[in-house]
Amino acid sequence: MAVNVFEDWLNACSGCEISILNIGDPLVDLLNHLNFVHITPLIDHKLFGQLGEKTEMDVPESVVSILSGGVRNDEQKHELQEIRKKTKILIALGTCACHGGIPAQANMFKNEEVFEKVFRQSPSTEPSPDPVDPSVPKWTPTCAALDEVVKVDISIPGCPPHPDWIVEAITALLEGKTAWSLPERSVCDTCPVIREKKSGGGPVKRWLQNMEFNPEEGIDKMRCFNEVGYLCQGPVTLAGCSGKAGVPRCVQARTPCRGCFGPIRKGAQPMVDMMGALSSVGLDAKSMLDRRAMLNRYIGAHGMLKVLPARPTK
Amino acid sequence: MSTVINLQPITRIEGHTKVAITLDDAGNVIDTKVHGQNLRGFEKFCEGRPVEEMPRIVCHICGICPWAHHLASSKATDGCFGVTPPPTAVKLRRLMQSIAYVSDKILHFYFLAAPDFVIGPDADYSVRNVVGIIKAAPDIAKQVVHMRHLGAQMLEGFAGRAIHPTFSVPGGVSKPMIETERQKMLGPAQELLEFSKFSMKFAKENVFPKYMDTIKSLGVIEVGYLGTVREDGALEFYDGKLRMMKSDGSYEDFSYDRYLDYIGESVLPWSYQKFPYAKKWGKLNLSLENPVGVYRTNCLARINVADKMATPLAQAEFEEFRAAFGRPAHYTLLYHYARLIELLQAAETVVQLLNDPEITGANIRAQVTAKAGRGVGCVEAPRGTLIHDYECDNEGLITKVNLIVGTTHNNAAMNLSVNQTAKTFIKEGKYDQGILNRVEMAIRAYDP
Repeated sequence: MAVNVFEDWLNACSGCEISILNIGDPLVDLLNHLNFVHITPLIDHKLFGQLGEKTEMDVPESVVSILSGGVRNDEQKHELQEIRKKTKILIALGTCACHGGIPAQANMFKNEEVFEKVFRQSPSTEPSPDPVDPSVPKWTPTCAALDEVVKVDISIPGCPPHPDWIVEAITALLEGKTAWSLPERSVCDTCPVIREKKSGGGPVKRWLQNMEFNPEEGIDKMRCFNEVGYLCQGPVTLAGCSGKAGVPRCVQARTPCRGCFGPIRKGAQPMVDMMGALSSVGLDAKSMLDRRAMLNRYIGAHGMLKVLPARPTK
Repeated sequence: MSTVINLQPITRIEGHTKVAITLDDAGNVIDTKVHGQNLRGFEKFCEGRPVEEMPRIVCHICGICPWAHHLASSKATDGCFGVTPPPTAVKLRRLMQSIAYVSDKILHFYFLAAPDFVIGPDADYSVRNVVGIIKAAPDIAKQVVHMRHLGAQMLEGFAGRAIHPTFSVPGGVSKPMIETERQKMLGPAQELLEFSKFSMKFAKENVFPKYMDTIKSLGVIEVGYLGTVREDGALEFYDGKLRMMKSDGSYEDFSYDRYLDYIGESVLPWSYQKFPYAKKWGKLNLSLENPVGVYRTNCLARINVADKMATPLAQAEFEEFRAAFGRPAHYTLLYHYARLIELLQAAETVVQLLNDPEITGANIRAQVTAKAGRGVGCVEAPRGTLIHDYECDNEGLITKVNLIVGTTHNNAAMNLSVNQTAKTFIKEGKYDQGILNRVEMAIRAYDP
């Protein structure tokens, strides 16, 4: 018996939905067990009636709801609240839904500043008033994670989440379980690079040069990014980006982690912990450029990023 | 009392859109609007970020075409720091872009567009979708899922991430390709090329002839086009000059760093999505009878502005297409046809680049030093010309960002196509789900 599933993207880029498609060959079988009552990228179900005749949003009942993206405007907030009323298990899919994601970088600015920039200070744009037609949903005060608005039952973080975890979580639900979570491990726990617990010291280097490595050799022959002096957020980031096996995705490209799976556990302070991790290998952690935005790149919801009082100009 | 039909959300597309169709007392269309409902503010929140972080921040603008944003951004950062990536780095960037193109086009044609043609525009919505396709043509569906996965595996296997990549950096790329990696990709590349050939053949035999009447009536508008071509006029995805073509086929070429001389953006109160227009043609006018300043991007535009294709199989299809539909070809649903011609070029390019001796070169990144500057990066994203324009200060921190993304260029044209379709098919209050789906087909052609 197929399970009724509601899927939608809120303040999202659609990368999470592409990750669902990247499940690959097992997807065809999985689809037989899921009956999508709504999924914007794939099925023509409408939220205001199939003939566009309704004036109120009509969210169908479902057993499981899978939602990507955070909450950026009134309409997304309303939709999320309606979904919560009509579903049993609500899944936050991806880091935007879990922690705000990249769009929550906007939380460092006042909404008016963003609108001023986009609609009046862009060199190609005719300076114009903000779009205020009732058909254009108003921004919420911040870009929020889903659990700032409603109760979330299962979180599948990642930008994007790995297909392995999407399959595992959905399979668990199909088997009648009501909970699922990633194990609390750090990216470093899954990273094969050589670690010696020390660096050459000095300031944190910018990503202006590549790592030194022999491309013919595996990642396990390359030195740890932090120990070479680069920022890598592996120590404070939840593991799982490469699925059940394999090298962390960014490291596979010989590039450092920027924290796309979010913190290892609820209530963690990745910024404080990362500064500590850099100091522990002898780096001058405070030398890091743009560190507030950098260390909260994917996790700006939950008040992690806020508008700060204007700093005096240098 | 006028009636408003509120189609929300527009489905089987990749963004957040709704359509409002207003009917008068007699039930005839008096107004239509395609509302862009989402705004994230990248142009603001990128201010203050280190330039070298940009390619891995702005790729998150789009989860379907992250490689396009990643590469346009990399080119803009090359410009800010005044560096030229080594030839091998450029080839590796092109290779990744071409693989991503193949996945993107397979996704659009089969998952998003095909249900309208294979299942039919009037079929019930519960079967007019990819699940319906899996039931109607299970073998093809399995192959489609497999091919999409194959592309993702090629990207991930080499560059770590298929979605939201980190591989391209100011001055080049983060790792070279070694011989074993190259060899591992050859088989899958050939498989993608064979499937691309199959897709073209399948569509030419089973889709386009059957829907010729629809192609000639649905969403048809006559406007201009914008796309990138090589110096010799061949269709190009990664780097070249921009060509802006009027609806009569006359055109002007310009370097993309001069985009501000050619492209302006209007803001209308009912959409977060801006309305780019061709500045030199006059002030934007969205009238269906006499549109001003409206041009289109994405595959049909590229096929129209190009003099030829860059690869042989795509060239043969291009010639057949041009002989049949002329230049410029204006029928909106021909986007689907043009998309498959481009699919062939992208798949052929993947194979070509993998056989290029320079692809395994060791020199992959230029020396980069942070300094003040400006850089304009432009690539052809699957959905159209993609412009990233950055300025930075002495420390190499971003001070200004301006973005014009593929689908945004098509905003005005999508509004016109929706208007045309609604007025053509909705008369005296008579419409049903099939007719409203045709309105959405006008949007889907643009693959927003």
